[in-house]
Order: sequence, then structure tokens, then C-alpha cells
Amino acid sequence: MNYLEIIVITLVKILIIFTIMMLTVSYLVYFERRISAWVQNRLGPNRVGWEGVLQPFADVFKLLLKEDIVPLVANKPLHTLAPILALFVAFSTYAVIPFGPDITVFGYKVSLVVADINMGILYVLALTSLGVYAITFAGWSSGSKYSLFGGVRASAQMISYEVSMGFSVAGVLLFAESLRPVAIVEAQSGWMWNAVLQPIGFITFLVSAFAETNRLPFDLPEAEPELVGGFHTEYSSMKFAGFFLAEYANMIIASALIVTLYLGGWQIPYIELLGLPSWLTAAIQVAGFFFKVGFLLFFFLWVRWTIPRFRYDQLMSLGWKVMFPLSLINLVWVAVLIMIFKL
Amino acid sequence: MLLEVIIFITLALIAAVSAILVVTRSNPVISALFLILNFGALAGIYLLLNAQFIAVAQVIVYAGAIMVLFLFVIMLLRPENEKKIFSSNPLIKTLAFVIGGVVFIQLIYLIFIVRPSESQSPEVAQSIQAGTVEKIGTLLFTEYILPFEAAGFLLLAATIGALVLAKKKFE
Repeated sequence: MNYLEIIVITLVKILIIFTIMMLTVSYLVYFERRISAWVQNRLGPNRVGWEGVLQPFADVFKLLLKEDIVPLVANKPLHTLAPILALFVAFSTYAVIPFGPDITVFGYKVSLVVADINMGILYVLALTSLGVYAITFAGWSSGSKYSLFGGVRASAQMISYEVSMGFSVAGVLLFAESLRPVAIVEAQSGWMWNAVLQPIGFITFLVSAFAETNRLPFDLPEAEPELVGGFHTEYSSMKFAGFFLAEYANMIIASALIVTLYLGGWQIPYIELLGLPSWLTAAIQVAGFFFKVGFLLFFFLWVRWTIPRFRYDQLMSLGWKVMFPLSLINLVWVAVLIMIFKL
Repeated sequence: MLLEVIIFITLALIAAVSAILVVTRSNPVISALFLILNFGALAGIYLLLNAQFIAVAQVIVYAGAIMVLFLFVIMLLRPENEKKIFSSNPLIKTLAFVIGGVVFIQLIYLIFIVRPSESQSPEVAQSIQAGTVEKIGTLLFTEYILPFEAAGFLLLAATIGALVLAKKKFE
């Protein structure tokens, strides 16, 4: 393949993933509202289109038409930069997550991941560590005490849970012997999903993912009863929508990452034994990946409307005194696993 | 090759301009923002040199972790309300010039006079594999095991020290 072909194929992949992400994000908001209504025995949005399926577009138009208010004491460049940064981090992380096996299209061998780099997982960790700045700067630049509190809480929470997140990922990396997401997925063939092999690491990663995406029960940075809206109190119109989009995009990233690291990625156990044609197997595997991500997204919504918010000190002691030691125990357990399977 | 030069010049310009902005801004939060940008440009330059691991580590450790703590302290302490450090003691200004000059001479010495060591062949250093995690990990756990463990012990000691200090304050 020459450079032009590589660039065109990569651009097509980026376009497909970007479209899927945008559509999923807007419908995730709709499902959030419908599922919350279902949990609370209400109806939810059901007027725009059949059963309210056009609601996301109505929401976008409403947000576009709203006035963009910037507080007088705000630092204007930073106030604008923060939502852009949040969106940048949310959308560029997806580049390294594979959503299917290698396939052949028009004679080209195409791998279903935008960039198969050998630093894949570290790239994700690097970008998520930059994601803190979006919230911190949003909080600081607004010039309001509620925003500042939200921003400071967010940075403390995210760096605390990054520790146990990093240690849980280390277990997966040790067992797969690679940092490439594709290699990690391929290492989980058959029943050997990391969720089965390392249940403790799976749980610590799952909990950390909730904290990193600022979702309930860990949405302290935007706790309404105490902080009005937290870090986005002073945001309106499309800048607010930027944070909103970024939060839901982060949920998709977190779900896709959990699927890749712990739930076998696009692998469906023993599907290759059925002897189906290769294109059908690949299609079923891609569908399997999206089904797993979809289930985890539902899990995110389900937890949000079931479990109440933690208190701030509870959140911190859970992170440092429970999740962190558990992720260390998981590392020891992975060492035992490597002795059993690899030696 | 041409593409590499263009990318290098762009990244180097970003790094140099943001470094100047870090020291000239009066607001410490804005300074911190430009320092993060500087670290990002530096990570890009590492990537151009095939040092992938160093590049990602630069982003995770410096831009991601250390700068968050910096920002945290700046936001909580609000140093823009403090008295200016230079106006309180003129001696500090002279000292700053002296230290700056020493560092500048060091940099000139490193860039223009020191040659890269002869022991490493340029082909090995420039290959795309030179900066991967596998290579760095193997080297750390074989050739550089002693400095590596020593650094580990130093970090452990620092962590315990910080814990003791924090505990005293709360008792």
C-alpha cells in the first residue's frame, strides 16, 4: 500500500467512527431520559417523532438557539477553550480501540481500528489524564465559587482514581504481554476473558471508570444540591452542550475500553468452530462488540438511576483505602495466573 | 525527510514560544497552561526521535499528573494575591540571574560541545524499535537494574516521608 491509500483508508475509518460516536451520543441522551423515566415510573420524552425518537435533534436545535452567556469576571479564552479540550480528549481517545478483526475490502486488508500503535493503552491513559484539565479550567475560568469547587473536586477525584485504574490495567497488560489493544483482544480467545481471569481487577477498573467519567454515584464535581451545576454552572448554549457531549462520549470510550480490556473485545467464544464464511464471522464479531458496548452503556445508565451519590469523604476513602489495595491484590493474583498459564 | 523537518520546526516553535509565555504571564494559572502546552510539544519532538515510550510518559507524568498538582496548589493558594517575590528582596533577583546564566552555559555546552557517545551505533539509536516499551523494559531490568532499584527506594522513602508529615499535621 502506498501513502495515499493508507491516508484515504484511515480518513474513511475516522469518518465512520466519528459518525457512529455522534449518533450514539445523541441517542444515549435520549435513552438516558427514557430509562430514567422507566426506572422512576414516568413516561419520559415521547412527543417528538414516534415515541420521541427525534428528541435528540430537537435538543440540539434548542441548544443552538440559546444565548451564549459568559460571566463578566470569567477568563474568556480559557472559558472557551475548556469545552473544546473536553471534546478533543473524548473523541481522539477512540483512535486506538479496535472494534473488529482484520477484514478484506475490495482487495485491501483493513484492520478495524484507526491506529494500531504499540503504545495503544498508554495513549488512552495519556489522553484521559489530559481530560482533567478541561474540567479544572472550566471551573477556574468561570470566576464563580461553585465552578471552582467543582473543578477542584474533579481534579482530586480523577487523579485519585487514575491510580487504581492504572494498576488494574497493569494486570491486563502483564497477562497479554503487550500494550497493543489488538494484541490484548487476541490474548482473550475462548473463555479466557480477563473479566473471568481477573475479577478483582475488572471490578476496580469498572468503579474507576465511573469515577473518571464523573457519572453517578461519583458525580461529585457537578453535585446539584451542593454546587448548583459544579464546573459547568456558568456555561450555556453550545459550550454547555460541548461538556454534555464529552460526558456521553467519555461513557462510550469507557465502555469500549472495558470491553477491549476485560470482555474479550470483538471476540465471541468458539465462534470459529461453527465453520461460517469469514465475512459472516467478522460481521457477527463486530456486532458482538457493539452489543457488549451497548450493554455496558445501559449498565452506566442503570447504575445512575439506582444508586445515590456518595459523600465526598466516602468517595476519597473508597478510592484510596478500598480500590487501590484491591488493585494491588489483583496484581499479585495476575502473577499467580502467569505462573499457571505462561510458565 | 522534509515532512519531519516541517513537523520539527512547528513543534520547536510551539515549545519555544510557550516556554517564553510561561515566564512572562502575570497570572500563574495561564503560565501553567502554557507549561502543559510546552510539555505536549516536547512529547511530539520525542515521537519524532522514535522515543515513543518517553513521549507518552512525558504526557502521562508531566503534563497529566505533575501539572494537575501544580494547578491544584495554584488554585487553592491564589498566589496572585501574594506580595511579589522580587519586590520583597532584591538579592533574589541577582540570584535568579546567576542561576539562569549557569543553566544557559550548561545547555550551550551540551548542545554545541558534547558529542554523542561512541559506544552506541547511530543505526541502533535511530531505529524505530529503539524507544518501545519492550526495549526500555529489558534494559531497565538487565543493564540498569541497580540505578532503577535505587530510584525505586528513593521514591518509597519520599512517599513514607510525605505520609509521616501529613499524619503529624492531623494528630
